[in-house]
Amino acid sequence: MQTRLTEDELAVQDAFRTFFANESPSTVVREAERTGGFSTELWAGLATIGGTGMALPGAVGGGDATLCDLAVVADVYGAHLAPVPLIEHAVAARLLATIGGHDELVGELANGTPLATIALRPPVDGIARFVPAGAVADVVLAHVGDGIVLDRSAPSGETLPNTGGLALAHRRLTDDVISVDHAAWNHALDEWRGLTAAAYVGLGRRVIEMGVEYSRERVQFGVPIGTFQALQQGYADASTRIEGAHLLAHRAVWALETRQPDASRLAGMALLFAAEAARFATDRSMQYHGGYGFSEEYDVQLYHRRATAWILQLGDPSLEYARLADGEFGPAVDGRMA
Amino acid sequence: MDFSFPPEAEAFRSEVRDFLATNLTEEMIEATHDGTMHIPALHRAMAERGWLSGPVPAALGGGGRSALESVILNEEMQLARAPIDAMGVTVIVAAILLEHGDDHLKQHVVPRLLDGSSLACFGYSEPEFGSDVAAAKTRAERDGDEWLINGAKMWTTMAHIADYVLLLTRTDPDVPKHKGLSFFLVPLNTPGIEIQPVPTMAIERSNATFYDDVRLGDEWRVGDVNGGWSVMKTALKYERGIAGGQFLSPPVIDAAVDWAQNHTRPDGTKPIEDPTVREKLIRALIDVEVCRGFAYHCADLANQGVMFGVEGSMTKLFASESYKRHCRDFHDMMGAEGLLTHESADAHLGGRIEENLRHSPVTTIYGGTSEINRNVVAEGHLGMPRAR
Repeated sequence: MQTRLTEDELAVQDAFRTFFANESPSTVVREAERTGGFSTELWAGLATIGGTGMALPGAVGGGDATLCDLAVVADVYGAHLAPVPLIEHAVAARLLATIGGHDELVGELANGTPLATIALRPPVDGIARFVPAGAVADVVLAHVGDGIVLDRSAPSGETLPNTGGLALAHRRLTDDVISVDHAAWNHALDEWRGLTAAAYVGLGRRVIEMGVEYSRERVQFGVPIGTFQALQQGYADASTRIEGAHLLAHRAVWALETRQPDASRLAGMALLFAAEAARFATDRSMQYHGGYGFSEEYDVQLYHRRATAWILQLGDPSLEYARLADGEFGPAVDGRMA
Repeated sequence: MDFSFPPEAEAFRSEVRDFLATNLTEEMIEATHDGTMHIPALHRAMAERGWLSGPVPAALGGGGRSALESVILNEEMQLARAPIDAMGVTVIVAAILLEHGDDHLKQHVVPRLLDGSSLACFGYSEPEFGSDVAAAKTRAERDGDEWLINGAKMWTTMAHIADYVLLLTRTDPDVPKHKGLSFFLVPLNTPGIEIQPVPTMAIERSNATFYDDVRLGDEWRVGDVNGGWSVMKTALKYERGIAGGQFLSPPVIDAAVDWAQNHTRPDGTKPIEDPTVREKLIRALIDVEVCRGFAYHCADLANQGVMFGVEGSMTKLFASESYKRHCRDFHDMMGAEGLLTHESADAHLGGRIEENLRHSPVTTIYGGTSEINRNVVAEGHLGMPRAR
């Protein structure tokens, strides 16, 4: 039992915190929003420090880091709203490595080029809708009824304008199945859930931190607003939920890594809880920023919109609750859930 | 990070499960409906296994069990619906006496607490002071070699079955409030003590205790004169170390699932088919996993000798607030049938959800209100200024 970050994990956190703080300030996030939700320079920089292949096997050019290490990076990445598909690329590349037979491509993915992603929702009539990083990904992995498909058609570069400023796009996909390892696909989706939960924790912590900083400077009724219990109680609630989400997200990722029997259940739970905690945190922070909270000038709104958007790439959260309920209580009677 | 339990902790969990399966009966749980949340036979059986002395540090003469094993004991007892209050009070009071008490207390009282033959209770709150506990004004004054105690304590739960009360008193009213406090372990059969029941909506009976010229020898003092606040810190340290109340919800969720799967609504459907019910159940199960994360985290910190005031407050805040919500959700789910109390033969599972609904408001108040715990998080974790 080691519920705090290990020395190694702290070193990883430190390195990537410095990287994202320098390379992904909110000016970069804002610029990426204007140009389709992706920063080419940030992606190149991430590749240079080994961030695009860290959790891939060393044998094919990866960094051999653990999934737990990757979750630590996802947390920092979330804190800076980094406009690059760190999680999707890692999950897709790890899936390809698991499937096997694509060592050369996995080696290239480790270096960040080409850029890979996964379609979180099954394609309909050959089209995967709302693919994360779909506007820029050169490699798309998706799950059709028969198995996993690998698509290498060129991205359009056209982003669907969206709440979160994400590089979302629909993609027409090949129907060439490369693997029928459905369990590997499900595991990959759970990795996405666990890592996205970790990113939500980073986002939530940062938006609380920003709010607390603001509450020291902002004076109303002659005193800093941080002296008001109303704010303190709200931030304390938000912080408690975020720290709870942190423990759950990392337990889920640890469970996925060590193949615990409840890993999938925990990953699903972690995503739902972390998303809700982060949304609550952004709501409180925005509220306590007063009018500036929703003005474009302040960064809180950037966090608010991403907290809203990330989980919706997967679909309506109530479908995720329903999916977990099916696992817990057996499927609902036919017709009732339609 | 690593969330695995060492093999000895897993083995201990199995041992506790077996013990509870054998030693805890429905009749025992049933008997707690008189409002006294204590099962003497179970308490003694635990003492026999060394589980009461287990969490007390080995350096102080206790069992020195890891905090991880303490949280496992706590978890398994709560999942099995066994009351944990007496266990908690025993461990905390024994540890305080071993750390701050003199030989008299260590030799005559501690062994009897740890072998289950004596019971103690807390006497901190007063009619006028709850969260502001350091403002206590129950007076202890020197009278020759003795102490004379006068005042009143509120929420001295279990005083009516206990042998001792750990009493927070004011020994110097002329200094800042934290600096004029002293603790005593007061035998409850001392002349001048009156115990009055405080019945509560929450089934659990509490007490008000009154102290009228209670005479006590100095051997009953715990810690230094006017050093009461440092004793209080020890109390809080152990309270958090073996903190209970992180697993209040599972028995309620079990009952809710049972109802949802077996009750037929007027339209012929079962609640478990209803997407809103399914979502509420999953939300509750998620909250339980969050509580589990907090509980294991606190235990891990305690094992490593790290103080965890903030984490303890987060745990208590989240566990009690979510428990209250779960009780409300699942009581609502049952509709009018949920209103039936334990006294009704028709009450579902002995009225378990109804009973928890009435108990749940207690948990966000006692042992530090949610508001006080948020203060701790805001100040201790977020670095916000003190505000009262």
